[in-house]
Amino acid sequence: MSKHTLSVLVENKPGVLARIAALFSRRGFNIDSLAVGPTEHPAVSRMTVVVDVEDSPLEQVTKQLNKLVNVLKIVELDPGQSVQRELVLVKVRTDPETRPHVLQTVELFRAKVVDVATDAVTIEATGSSDKLSALLKVLEPYGIRELVQSGVVAVGRGSRSITDRALRPVDRVA
Amino acid sequence: MPQGQPTRDNGTTMTGAASLIRSLEAVGVDTVFGIPGGAILPAYDPMFDSQQIRHILVRHEQGAGHAAEGYALATGKPGVCMATSGPGATNLVTPIADAHMDSVPMVAVTGQVASAAIGTDAFQEADIRGITMPITKHNFLVTDPAEIPRTIAEAFHIATTGRPGPVLVDVAKDAMQAMTTFRWPVELDLPGYRPVTRPHAKQVREAARLMASAKRPVLYVGGGVLRARAWRELSELAKLTGFPVVTTLTARGAFPDSHPQHLGMPGMHGAVAAVTALQKADLLIALGARFDDRVTGKLSSFAPNAAVIHADIDPAEISKNRVADVPIVGDCKEVIGELIPAIEAEFAAGTRADLTGWWRQLDQWRENFPLGYTPADNGELMPQYVIERLGKLVGSDAIYVAGVGQHQMWASQFISYENPNTWLNSGGAGTMGYAVPAAMGAKAGRPDATVWAIDGDGCFQMTNQELATCAIEGIPIKVAVINNESLGMVRQWQTLFYDGRYSNTDLGSRRIPDFAKLAEAYGCVGLRCDTAEDVDATIEKAMAVDDRPVVVDFGVHRDAMVWPMVAAGTSNDEIQIARGMAPEWDRSED
Repeated sequence: MSKHTLSVLVENKPGVLARIAALFSRRGFNIDSLAVGPTEHPAVSRMTVVVDVEDSPLEQVTKQLNKLVNVLKIVELDPGQSVQRELVLVKVRTDPETRPHVLQTVELFRAKVVDVATDAVTIEATGSSDKLSALLKVLEPYGIRELVQSGVVAVGRGSRSITDRALRPVDRVA
Repeated sequence: MPQGQPTRDNGTTMTGAASLIRSLEAVGVDTVFGIPGGAILPAYDPMFDSQQIRHILVRHEQGAGHAAEGYALATGKPGVCMATSGPGATNLVTPIADAHMDSVPMVAVTGQVASAAIGTDAFQEADIRGITMPITKHNFLVTDPAEIPRTIAEAFHIATTGRPGPVLVDVAKDAMQAMTTFRWPVELDLPGYRPVTRPHAKQVREAARLMASAKRPVLYVGGGVLRARAWRELSELAKLTGFPVVTTLTARGAFPDSHPQHLGMPGMHGAVAAVTALQKADLLIALGARFDDRVTGKLSSFAPNAAVIHADIDPAEISKNRVADVPIVGDCKEVIGELIPAIEAEFAAGTRADLTGWWRQLDQWRENFPLGYTPADNGELMPQYVIERLGKLVGSDAIYVAGVGQHQMWASQFISYENPNTWLNSGGAGTMGYAVPAAMGAKAGRPDATVWAIDGDGCFQMTNQELATCAIEGIPIKVAVINNESLGMVRQWQTLFYDGRYSNTDLGSRRIPDFAKLAEAYGCVGLRCDTAEDVDATIEKAMAVDDRPVVVDFGVHRDAMVWPMVAAGTSNDEIQIARGMAPEWDRSED
């Protein structure tokens, strides 16, 4: 199996997320991570889906996704040709003795502390999956009390935009 | 369908319900099958006044759905069914799934509870949009009356273009009750829907090149050829190439059975020549077919030496089950239309394989292993005989509609289909109970045609309440019940794979119910026939009735089995022509 990052442009309409999620489940494909959000165009949302499949089932996923009427465009983003980021918020147990070590780790990973309590700090970090798992590995011994992680969002490198031609003017009339 | 014309009432203020009915009229709907109920009631009021739409009040929503399918297949126009919210809508689920599997253009309109009540578990509320997401081509929930005309236009556009399929439009009751301004024509807003119909020229040339040099080619024709209305092009292609043709269960009639190049149906119960031709081919030209497991048998051993040209309007079908060497995305009518000149060019350039040896072998298989059956030892009426005689006496202009099971296979095997869209059945979904309502829909759409439902006694008892609809609405279909008093196909599997342990397949339907009396109770003519000698006279008697539906109860031998058979999960090479009997291949073949 290998991981593939798909950028899926969809119409910003109710039920679209359900259609996509249901399609993956019905066709037996596993979603590794999923992130949805608005784009520069109000009528278009963008989903970044990471799937763990071989090439030939990936082609089937893409074709099935393309059949959904609300799906405008699908682009597979090559890890080498794109920037891929996740966000993590992690609450780490600290005491007066461990706090400096934790803060040092935060600095090393260019993360930041967004909340402090007497016995814990909450850290916000963004980065590639690899960087974030390295951070979490270092923090783990102190005691991770709570962890929340976003799906991967990704964008292709260079000046080209995948949303440019996604919303073609429609000239069909019934 | 009228397209793009400003229509009467454009700009008129009316209720959302009236706007719904006007929109259905504007897209050309003339027949709706349905049942009213609470949430859809507003739509039934303006429909009452429609001069264009005939509403056929069915007895169960499943009947409405299958009728819409039958109407669509018989007429080539989208079928329309209507139901209320909750159970009304969920009763449509089976026919919607059926239409989805067989790519039948259909629009289902359902009433939904008022928008403020959606999500509250209101009376007769069901999330039918959510329920039907995986079994529709697309579906809509409308809560704003202003959206009704555009949604209806989009629903019909999606249902009928590209790979056809069912579309559901769920309309909240308050959207139907509110006042709105009817606007027509409307702009379609479907930026993500762009079906590809024109094939890629390079792929077509590559296909033509392979076809010109293939030594053992087979045209593997699927239901897509019928949906694309490409039978003339297919006939031309067959004539030009001289290639053998097989037609799948959903494609029967796309190429005349009597044509000398036709080898019959492939698949689990296909003709030996058709199944074996695919197995031994060096090139398959799949046209609107989807390499269904009932055709391929064990996929890894299917047509092991064949290169594959796969043409389909749905790109997701190509290389889904079997990898295509030459994928062609496009409408079969256009694909075949472009293949013809490309092949002519190859032939003109002097490339043309000699098919004499291939045909010698095909003819040998055909001659040695024709379809047939062995009469019962006890002299009981054989189901195959009944169906064979029905086909002969009724002829190839009639429309035949089958349920699912043994009778369906025999009806596919023993009737000669000469014309497109004269064979309707539930192929992909295998929906028992399809026949009576689908026949009703076909007859409603083609009142001039003779429509015979060939049903099993199990299937018939699932949906025969629509006989009441047929009798009251003046839809005189004819039904041949092939009564072996059991769930015959299941029983056949129990005979073959479960040591003859007939767990729960005995329906006792030679005793209960009395089908002839049941038919009479429904206002139909009920006939019964139990002997071979009476078959012709009974069919003729049924044919003489044209003012009412007719049901003929044919009491047949219950141990009759469908042969040939490729057991599920095994290779097509292991086809059996009778129990434990593999064809005795001539040594010269290999």
